[in-house]
Amino acid sequence: MELLNINNLFACAGDKGILKGLNLKINKGEVHVIMGPNGAGKSTLANIILSNPQYKITSGDICFEGENINSLKTDERAKKGIFMSFQTPEEVPGISVTNFLKTAKCAKTGEPIKILAFKNELEENMKKLDMNPSYSVRDLNVGFSGGEKKKLEILQMLTLNPKLAILDETDSGLDVDAIKTVSKGISMYKNDENAVLIITHGTKILENIKVDFVHILVDGKIVKTGDSSLAEEIEKEGYSKFI
Amino acid sequence: MPKTKIEEMDRNIYNIKNKDEYSYKTIGLTEDVIRDISRRKDEPDWMLDIRLNALETYDKLDMPTWGPDLSELHMSKIATYVKPKSDMKKTWDDVPDDIKNTFDALGIPEAEKTSLAGVGAQYDSEIVYHSIKEELVKQGVIYTDFDTAVKEYPDLVREYFTKCVPITDHKFIALHYAVWSGGSFVYVPKGIKVDIPLQSYFRLNAPGAGQFEHTLIIVDEGASLQFIEGCSAPKYNEINLHAGCVELFVKDNSYLRYSTIENWSKNMMNLNTKKAIVGKNGKIEWVTGSFGSKISMLYPMSILNGENAICEFTGISFAGKGQDLDTGLKIVHNAPNTSSVVNSKSISKSGGACTFRSNVWVRPIAKDSKVTVSCESLMLDSESRSDTIPVNNIETDEVEFSHEAKIGKISDQAIFYLMSRGISEEEAKAMIVRGFADPISKALPVEYAVEMNNLINLELDGSIG
Repeated sequence: MELLNINNLFACAGDKGILKGLNLKINKGEVHVIMGPNGAGKSTLANIILSNPQYKITSGDICFEGENINSLKTDERAKKGIFMSFQTPEEVPGISVTNFLKTAKCAKTGEPIKILAFKNELEENMKKLDMNPSYSVRDLNVGFSGGEKKKLEILQMLTLNPKLAILDETDSGLDVDAIKTVSKGISMYKNDENAVLIITHGTKILENIKVDFVHILVDGKIVKTGDSSLAEEIEKEGYSKFI
Repeated sequence: MPKTKIEEMDRNIYNIKNKDEYSYKTIGLTEDVIRDISRRKDEPDWMLDIRLNALETYDKLDMPTWGPDLSELHMSKIATYVKPKSDMKKTWDDVPDDIKNTFDALGIPEAEKTSLAGVGAQYDSEIVYHSIKEELVKQGVIYTDFDTAVKEYPDLVREYFTKCVPITDHKFIALHYAVWSGGSFVYVPKGIKVDIPLQSYFRLNAPGAGQFEHTLIIVDEGASLQFIEGCSAPKYNEINLHAGCVELFVKDNSYLRYSTIENWSKNMMNLNTKKAIVGKNGKIEWVTGSFGSKISMLYPMSILNGENAICEFTGISFAGKGQDLDTGLKIVHNAPNTSSVVNSKSISKSGGACTFRSNVWVRPIAKDSKVTVSCESLMLDSESRSDTIPVNNIETDEVEFSHEAKIGKISDQAIFYLMSRGISEEEAKAMIVRGFADPISKALPVEYAVEMNNLINLELDGSIG
């Protein structure tokens, strides 16, 4: 069953063309990995799927569950079930993690939060992600270490339970233990009804995850698609033969 | 669908317009008008003399030209005294229905039952209701309307009236003393701690009128008090004027927290004056929210006259379309080891302007004093304005001084981040603004924190584009 279908997508940041005819199809139950050299357009792809106003589609279509979502705003796409773990999560003073998550969950489901069930689920997920419970009352990402910010992204993914989770370099800058925790979070989330798109430079995050497809993105296009062995090949040999 | 825990509120609460009914009204500013007001209040001669002296001072002083444009204010057109159709009552049931309903909508009688130790409610130029809990009366606490204070406690009033804010301070304080009417008088005797706040609410209903209430609070040695001031008015097309005065005497070892939520309508010129004199080991805490008015000029002043005296100032202002909010503070460190901590925030949108002026004077005697000033501004669009104007006069080297100012625009990336979780653009902006204002919300009495959040929702409503 098809979730995401990107068809011949061209996109730019300002005047600069970044995606140049990108095609990508993701079905329910699949795990996709996108790798590619710096500046290839990996983060642009993640951001354009969520309609970050810094990027513009010049042509092509993004369809989600068969519906063209080109003209939908960010929050509408999120409500359809698309999620992105940010490379650099924003610090927002004066909003506690708990209140933020409640507001987001309520906005997404359109139903009031059941306070006790929400609290229990949050505590349980934080425990599994090795997060100090005190983080739930702290201001959103304010003063969090790089690792804590990334764990909080995964916590948000578990709380909002999207249909498609895009992880934009969630593993970058993390130590070995933190990468394991993030990887564990992805395993907790993943099932036959949803899908994951992992953007990464490394294979460490993939160790405990069953990867279905690996795509190599170079200069705004997918130049090769393979299975998990392609990621290992890149890890050893780099991108030189694709450039 | 409610997206937050905060209840929705109807702007109409503030916009209730009662029929412009009054038992007496004067227009303009002349000696005859002043004699008339004084005679109707049956005042002693010494008070009339103060009024006449103030009028003379008013005529001599120039209009301030360093701040917002006051050219739309014409004193000859302002209703300087509007006596409501009701005298002061001791129970709400005796207050005329339309006036009572207004205060009901503002939540005053309800707050009185649950969280206040006393209430004063002013309607146009006079107090229409005043109450104080019996326990406080037994402890010798005085909380009454000002006319009653002049009659029943003339010695106390004469000792303190005009002694904190002199008539000659500036043109609009001279105006105030010439035509002042209403306001509250508070005296807390030595050593008495009033744990539950008192609240005075000032409501201006009459179009084209001025409100000139005088609030005088004396917190005697070792005593403590929390006082809340609220003000609002419905919107008219004519210019209304508020030139109140607040005189605060915080004696040795005493404590006063003075909180204000000002939500005047956008035809109001709010030219208010507030000052506190703080004795040894005394502490004044100002908490101020300025949301309404067309123009505000408001700079609460604290004079730290005794050793170890402390001033804490926490304030926020929110300027929308057509609003020029010129606010700030003045602090004089006039004794050794005094300290002041200032946290100010401002938000401007849709072309609104916020100016923050801080004037800190550390005198040579104030050795080992500490000053920490922090002001942050958030602009929601590129047509809005925000300025910070610090003036510091430090006359001793033995002082710890820090001043930090941050001015920024609301972050598009932060909005995107929140929206990527399913939150709408409006709600994302409101969350960021509420988060920015959060340190101030926390300092407010809880009902006012809710009100402030509601006001932020209201102010943002329709501003997103």
